[in-house]
Amino acid sequence: MSELPLRAQLAAALGKGAASLSRATGRGDGSVIGGRIALKVEPDLLSKLARGRRLTLVSATNGKTTTTRLIASALRQLGEIATNEHGANMPTGHITALSNRPNARNGVLETDEKYLPQVLRETAPAVVVLMNLSRDQMDRASEINLLAKKWRDALAMSDTHVIANADDPLVAWAGLGARNATWVSAGQRWKEDSWCCPECGGHLKRDPDPHWECPECGLRRPDTTWAVNNATDTVTDPNGQEFRLQLHLPGDANRANGVIALATAAAYGIHPEQALPRLREIESVAGRYTSIVTSGVEVRLLLSKNPAGWLESFAVLDPPRVPVILSVNAQIPDGKDTSWLWDVDYTVLRGRRVFVMGERRTDLALRLETDEVPFEVVDRVDQVIGRLKSEQPDITKIDVIANYTAFQQIRTAYGRVQ
Amino acid sequence: MSDTSSRLRIVWIYPDLLSTYGDQGNVLILRRRAELRGIPTETVHVHSSDAVPVEGDVYLLGGGEDRPQILAAERLRADGGLKRAAERGAAVFAVCAGYQIIGETYGDDAANPLPGVGILDVRSNRGQTRAVGEIVADVDPALGVGRITGFENHQGRTAIGPSARPLSTTVKGIGNDDATEGAYQGQILGTYLHGPALPRNPALADLLLRWRVGQIPPLQPSWGETLHEERLAAALR
Repeated sequence: MSELPLRAQLAAALGKGAASLSRATGRGDGSVIGGRIALKVEPDLLSKLARGRRLTLVSATNGKTTTTRLIASALRQLGEIATNEHGANMPTGHITALSNRPNARNGVLETDEKYLPQVLRETAPAVVVLMNLSRDQMDRASEINLLAKKWRDALAMSDTHVIANADDPLVAWAGLGARNATWVSAGQRWKEDSWCCPECGGHLKRDPDPHWECPECGLRRPDTTWAVNNATDTVTDPNGQEFRLQLHLPGDANRANGVIALATAAAYGIHPEQALPRLREIESVAGRYTSIVTSGVEVRLLLSKNPAGWLESFAVLDPPRVPVILSVNAQIPDGKDTSWLWDVDYTVLRGRRVFVMGERRTDLALRLETDEVPFEVVDRVDQVIGRLKSEQPDITKIDVIANYTAFQQIRTAYGRVQ
Repeated sequence: MSDTSSRLRIVWIYPDLLSTYGDQGNVLILRRRAELRGIPTETVHVHSSDAVPVEGDVYLLGGGEDRPQILAAERLRADGGLKRAAERGAAVFAVCAGYQIIGETYGDDAANPLPGVGILDVRSNRGQTRAVGEIVADVDPALGVGRITGFENHQGRTAIGPSARPLSTTVKGIGNDDATEGAYQGQILGTYLHGPALPRNPALADLLLRWRVGQIPPLQPSWGETLHEERLAAALR
């Protein structure tokens, strides 16, 4: 990247300066402010920084940050990687990630769903990874049908290689716009946003899972070459060879992220046998799935921001004797509307000790009461630990499911554990 | 309740198209508040490929994105079941996109008027701005519901015709037109309070039950009442 034009070099340097200033003054990790300043100096900077590299863009409603991290780990065996691992997933964050690694030939950029068409045009990536689309923070986000249409149109105009989850009808329909696609059967637990055919609106026939087809227009799930099997914890590659996943990250959602990462690594010529050991090393991603040990109790933090995410989190809860804390806020990053709590089925929590906290715990209380799940209202995690320890001194584990700012508050309370 | 059965029949229309954000909450709360009073219920989920049964007591319609909204309106018009049920005197509770399509006309994404199911005398079309946020409104005193609270998220604006009445007067938020919120005509009721409007307003859920079964005993206040008070206070702070 040393042949960057002078103006772009200056822009990148100014951006980096602002970023270090931001970090030094404790305002943030600097990813956003640095990129913002650089863009002012050179509006075309993202294209210029992307030129000559083999980039992968990763987009989805859920799992973007984790999958970006998995892919980056796998690709590091090719050398230096440019990546936005702090989750700054808009163009300013991409500029920072690329400026910080001017000599990295390869890069993986988590990309906000709304920005994907723009970033696709500007960076001409080698690979675009698409995983899932579901309702999320609709007070400020785009309608997902509209989003899928924009993805599809943008992909039709590009030569990129799409690696997409065929089991999500909306994602598959978007990916079918591309000329070159690898289809992965990565599964789809949350189906409430994809009963309706993305092409014609017909009621999809979704039997047997994961197959889907539209009886009205004939749109159907593309045939896949990669597949995950959750029951056996294995992945099958295009040669029919099976590999044990054995990831440290829990649950089917991370198996889905894993198979997508393996298919992406393969597009860079990395065999699953080489990629898997690196994926298995990852224990937590930006605090997600981290365990804090406090007063001898292991508190596991699960970040979930929308109904599809909560459903996945319920599926990875430890056995029923492990209590769970649910915490919900409704600040701007969370979405100010808590209506989505009613889309989730809580009856699976019956028989488990449940605590509710967060700024919108009353919404949770009514929701649980309606599903006849007994619960206790609390203010803080340590209050729960105190109460549980006084009742059962041998308690060892608690799970916490929290949405965005509720999760950050808990992380901060325990010293921003990574 | 209908003569042929002692159960309150709750019909959820097109959850595959019109269930964008918490609409299931209305079904769950209506059922719960009936059952806590010893009224047995039966809930039917009608998918967009199914015929709408005409013998229901309360029909619920939720919100939806532009395209699913148009599909739902087309299918409901072709099916005819909801209109026949309304003519039989069934109660209808429709939210957001559902509210717009049970009216005479509603607007598509380019503001072209499209025909609705025509069971509520309202006409909707796209406004200049999107109405997003907490909303508070005082319900027509004739309905005995009091003040309601919810979250609105819509581009539509709605004009009420002579056969319908505004459901409420807006205290905070936009609603139909910055002055009124929702509409009703007999036992057909529409509102922009999206998602869980009934969980957040127990008195509104009880209105629907009263319409179907007559006088009902009050329930011991619980989390629904707490949430109602809490959201009112937060919205008006």
